[in-house]
Amino acid sequence: MSAALTPISRKPVSFYVPVVAAAGAFAGLFIGTAQGSGLLGIVIGAVLLGVLAYAATKLVPSEKAARWGIALVFIVAGFALGALPGAIVGGAFGWFFGWFTYWLYEGRYRARLVPYLTPGQVLWHYTFRVICGAILVFLITPILVVMPLSFNAENFFTFTPEMLRLDPAGYSLKHYRDFFTNNDWQQALKNSVMIAPVATLLSVSFGTLAAIGLSAEHVPFRRAIMAILISPMIVPLIISAAGMYFFYSRIGLQGTYFGVVLAHAALGIPFVIITVTATLVGFDRSLTRAAANMGADPVTTFFRVQMPLIMPGVISGGLFAFITSFDEVVVVLFVGSAGQKTLPWQMFTGLREQISPTILAVATILVGISIALLTTVELLRRRSERLRGMSPS
Amino acid sequence: MKLKSLAALAASTALLAPMAMAEMADEMTLVSWGGAYQKSQVRAYAEPYVAMHPEVKVVWDESSNEAVAKLRAMNEAGNITWDLVDVVAADAIRLCDEGLAMEFDPDELLLPGDDGTAASEDFGDLIVSDCFIPQIVYSTTFGYRTDLVPEGVAAPSTVCDVFDLEKYPGKRALEKRPINNMEWALYCDGVAKDEIYDVLATEEGQEKALAKLDTIKDSVVWWSAGADTPQLLADGEVFMGSTYNGRLFSVIEEQKQPVAMMWDMQVFDLDGWIIPTGLSEDHLARVEDFVKFATDTKRLADQAKYISYGPARFSSAPLVGQHADLGIDMAPHMPTDPENAKNTLLYNYEFWADYRDDIDAKFQAWLAK
Repeated sequence: MSAALTPISRKPVSFYVPVVAAAGAFAGLFIGTAQGSGLLGIVIGAVLLGVLAYAATKLVPSEKAARWGIALVFIVAGFALGALPGAIVGGAFGWFFGWFTYWLYEGRYRARLVPYLTPGQVLWHYTFRVICGAILVFLITPILVVMPLSFNAENFFTFTPEMLRLDPAGYSLKHYRDFFTNNDWQQALKNSVMIAPVATLLSVSFGTLAAIGLSAEHVPFRRAIMAILISPMIVPLIISAAGMYFFYSRIGLQGTYFGVVLAHAALGIPFVIITVTATLVGFDRSLTRAAANMGADPVTTFFRVQMPLIMPGVISGGLFAFITSFDEVVVVLFVGSAGQKTLPWQMFTGLREQISPTILAVATILVGISIALLTTVELLRRRSERLRGMSPS
Repeated sequence: MKLKSLAALAASTALLAPMAMAEMADEMTLVSWGGAYQKSQVRAYAEPYVAMHPEVKVVWDESSNEAVAKLRAMNEAGNITWDLVDVVAADAIRLCDEGLAMEFDPDELLLPGDDGTAASEDFGDLIVSDCFIPQIVYSTTFGYRTDLVPEGVAAPSTVCDVFDLEKYPGKRALEKRPINNMEWALYCDGVAKDEIYDVLATEEGQEKALAKLDTIKDSVVWWSAGADTPQLLADGEVFMGSTYNGRLFSVIEEQKQPVAMMWDMQVFDLDGWIIPTGLSEDHLARVEDFVKFATDTKRLADQAKYISYGPARFSSAPLVGQHADLGIDMAPHMPTDPENAKNTLLYNYEFWADYRDDIDAKFQAWLAK
């Protein structure tokens, strides 16, 4: 897709200046709202960017000079408003609007699209991408905001003036130090690390067996059994938790390590069943018959033939089960006692009783671990598909 | 095969249960509020106790906020997993009425004061319930951002400044419950201090208090956990807010935020231990031993080294010294200091026990309006 598909041509002023002005109004809305008047922001943004776009394309001969000029205007304006961080944000803004102006002016937006699209289709093509991008930003921003806050030098969830000035004194690793040295957090980490893998192991074993059993056609009441097994996913968690609390209390499992592991395994099983059932759809049953024909008993067949083929489903189910246990707070609050305090539990009480950025440091570490875990699994999956001669999807 | 594994599972759990009991003999689960307050308990009571009894393992559970509900659930399930629970006096009274907290004889369970006074006299009126072992006197009071005081205006000094939006514009943080707010509203509406509860007992009085709160409703940020107001103040999100005086002490003296105290019309309240009913004998014995130690004159005075709450024993008061880390005198930061206690209110347990549900419903309905 790198080569141009459609020849491009310059566009008239009546097209690109209003579009750039509209984008400016959109950006101005946010800045204006933050400063107290959204309406004023819209007007200033629209006028400013409309004029800049016109001036850059009509008065400055070279594109390079014009784009640098726009960037410079924004850097200076940003610096005047918010010192160094303002200048950085302004620079990013200026670079984007310079690029955007010329992208429209030169008609570059058309280059990579097939020639027969109508203007309406071109508009939709880019609108769609903007919407997708906006959703992504909406999902990711809250997570990203947490990360710089975790390096706060103060004990509150606050962007201090020092932090905004990018002054090193405003940043510190003390919340990370607190996490690694504080007994409560270390105990919680230890509990989480002890509970999640065992719960995952149980979910994966039971879930895989259940999925294989339920995919055999001769099993009676398959749908009903399936519905019961995946019900922990559908029933509100708080209901399961309260039920487990009273049940486990009677049989002496409440407040024990084993009880929490069992409860988490019950929550993880549906994920394994669903993913494994999905991979079993593509599994060719004649392979097991062939193995049996050659003298393999069912257990050997399972481990040597079936298991390797449904492995991707087992692994992703296991991953979901692990994350469920690792992130779970409601059930453990009921089924566990203070001795089984897991990381999410500790974060929950910490957030309520003592709003300390240590929680953010932990959150940042957990996000890092999650990303690493998912990346590893994805890479392994691609590798195994490559080895089996399938093209990675 | 499935049946067999189920049977094995049942057998293993049956084996595990008594084993867990035997292991827990030297373990004690203490329930508290988390944060700086729990830390003061850890340092003043639990650490010295464990130093004397190294075999004891203390587990802390930060669940005091929902202690009543959880104790009810535990009682219903017949499975008490807490050994000692830190609650405010009002909750202790409720738990005692419901039979969830153990009644005790103060002179038997608690040590006499350093000066030889019997425990029942040393704690005096603070034993507000037969189940309540008092620890500290704290107050709910206001703090404000010193840098948000409008120019040319004196810093707020009375609780009625909270209701004065013209002189002190900005957001206020108030607790999301009628207790304290209703009293302050009536007081600032011109009701004399000793008539507040008479007025609040009437329908018109409750309307009046809510009408007064209505004047600032749009500027109120409602809080429910003790950590909220300190965060909101540190953020500059609110100009002033009510919270526990120890939390404000931490914000001002330990975190060095531009915040100041406003002691006017602070509401005194008590916090202390209750022992849940239905503990096994070995647990009960351990807890009684711990409580005896943790509520003696020295330990209660020690706690004031870490947090600015007043010890509940008369005999501890003269021993209150300096902050353990900051080295500042703690006496001027105590809510009971004469300078701070010029105009105060005492939490009215009887009134709120009778009217809480009723006024709570009205307050919530007003909030939702």
